[in-house]
Amino acid sequence: MPLLEVRNLSTDFITPEGVALRAVDNLSFTLERSETLGLVGESGCGKTTAMLSLLRLLPASGRIAQGQVLFDGEDLLALSPAEFRQRRWRDIAMVFQGAMNALNPVRTVGDQVREAIITHLPWERDKLGQRVGELLELVGIPAWRASQYPHQYSGGMRQRAMIAMALACNPQLVVADEPTTALDVMIQAQILDLIDRLRRDLDLAMIIVTHDLGVVAESCQKVLVMYGGRVAEYGTVDEVFTNPQHPYTQRLLRAFPDIDNPQGELVSIPGAPPRLSDLPTGCRFHPRCTMAVERCRTELPELRQVGPNQWSACHLNETIPLLTNVATRLAGR
Amino acid sequence: MALFASQTSASMVRSGISDFWQRLRRSPIGLVGFFMLLVVVVLAVFAPWLAPYDPYAPVRARIDTIYAPPSWEHPMGTDDGGKDVLSSFIYGARVSLIVGFAASLISIFIGGLIGLVAGYYGGWVGNTLMRFTDTFLVIPDLPLIIVMVALLGPSLWNIILAIGILGWTGAARLVRSQVISIKERQFVTRARAIGASNPHIIFRHILPLALPLILANSTLVISLAILNESTLAFLGLGDPTTISWGSMLHFAFGRGAISAGAWWALVMPGLGIVWVVLGWTLFGYMLEELVNPRLRTHHLMPERKRAE
Repeated sequence: MPLLEVRNLSTDFITPEGVALRAVDNLSFTLERSETLGLVGESGCGKTTAMLSLLRLLPASGRIAQGQVLFDGEDLLALSPAEFRQRRWRDIAMVFQGAMNALNPVRTVGDQVREAIITHLPWERDKLGQRVGELLELVGIPAWRASQYPHQYSGGMRQRAMIAMALACNPQLVVADEPTTALDVMIQAQILDLIDRLRRDLDLAMIIVTHDLGVVAESCQKVLVMYGGRVAEYGTVDEVFTNPQHPYTQRLLRAFPDIDNPQGELVSIPGAPPRLSDLPTGCRFHPRCTMAVERCRTELPELRQVGPNQWSACHLNETIPLLTNVATRLAGR
Repeated sequence: MALFASQTSASMVRSGISDFWQRLRRSPIGLVGFFMLLVVVVLAVFAPWLAPYDPYAPVRARIDTIYAPPSWEHPMGTDDGGKDVLSSFIYGARVSLIVGFAASLISIFIGGLIGLVAGYYGGWVGNTLMRFTDTFLVIPDLPLIIVMVALLGPSLWNIILAIGILGWTGAARLVRSQVISIKERQFVTRARAIGASNPHIIFRHILPLALPLILANSTLVISLAILNESTLAFLGLGDPTTISWGSMLHFAFGRGAISAGAWWALVMPGLGIVWVVLGWTLFGYMLEELVNPRLRTHHLMPERKRAE
């Protein structure tokens, strides 16, 4: 049984006029124990909303319209709010986007890490300080700095403190929402190394939300590309990165520098992701897709298997089923 | 390690206090208010030692000791009962401060709680609470306080209660608006993610950030409470067993101080009221500037008259 299985998850935002805007549409994926999934896509394509739906932390205007989130076979969306509150940080913890905002400026860092522990674990009071120290040392922060305030930390340290907080209750799954945004390249590398090390040492499953395809290539086994709230392409990093099937994935990869081919031209994707209030008919990518045909304008493509561990939602994949079948057979051998 | 930790937190506190002092030094208005209040506090605390006579001791009045003008024996003259005005004045500072602090504490408590709950939950809870606040806001304070004191009986604590439970509307509105902005910050979502309960988030995460504003606001509430108490006492609804500046005015006014030309019996308590209210207001301005960065001059702003 997979650790996490998301089935047909859809999330709406209700506008003040009462109109429901679909921010996440029919999202499905699975995650095995100690596996890492990279969630990529442009800003505004529903990545963070999808993750907040998993943790049921949507803002007041957000509603989960349908779907299941099976954690260890149990549907988390079916739990009552009180039951879910008990489970949240113990099973699934989250590292938030932008650590400076996710720490309360007027309370010490140690105090805030402690908060996570006492909410969930019956820890002995006198050993609490020691546990907080251990957690901080685990992410490379000297234990005495627990009594300092967030403004006395550097940006990287704050991010590491957030990771320590996420690990406080020994979760099985950690969702990291853009853990390296707003950090310089050196610190980014440190944080990624840390995440990688912790994942291996603690046998964690992780979902990393990121814009950085390099991060995905380096630390993830699976990748899920989102566009306009829907899955564009999903599969193992090996398959998706070497043989992208969805035009959006292909263009994303071409827009990213390749270290093996530094002279290669970077091609940006013209236009912007669709607004939720103004979603195009048919395939959501068709206004920006150079390969769009008439059918793309009218019919929403379904996700279909295009490789042994690869799924893509594009009409064009259908026109080459033979090739795909050949590839599948070859890979099977 | 532990030694290091305690040192850093101690230095944090020290830097907070020295920061306060520096800002106080650079704000003449705040400095003036601060020392005006210091004088009142010293008078109130050391009243038994500072006052030349005990104003609560019975005095046998003679015709020549009633409204006696200032003399060496009575530097500020005597009142309608032949008592030393200066001594009453010094003891009166106590009532002013007690009423000011106690009533504003009640106001801040009610207003803070309603503001926190209304701001945090919003929706119909917030709306109901704010309409309730609006209702209190439009009630004319003074007549209602007078009615309440008349019904409850004019003891010092009833006066404090009446002033306190009618003066919280400003605090409630202020706290609510602040909470609405704080609750959108990400550490609140993070605390929710951790599994923290709503009361925990309100009191551990939001309150500490709203507290400076509440404190700054409380100085204005204090001066209002003092004014209200003086008004009540002047109207004869003060506690008859205590000497306050308002009751000194009441007796002097009602017992012919004006026709007797005894200006000292009126000026002293009047001066006291103005002094303490002005002190709190000036001090409050400085505190507000300290906790509200928007009021501070910014280096990118066009040159304007700076507050210091």
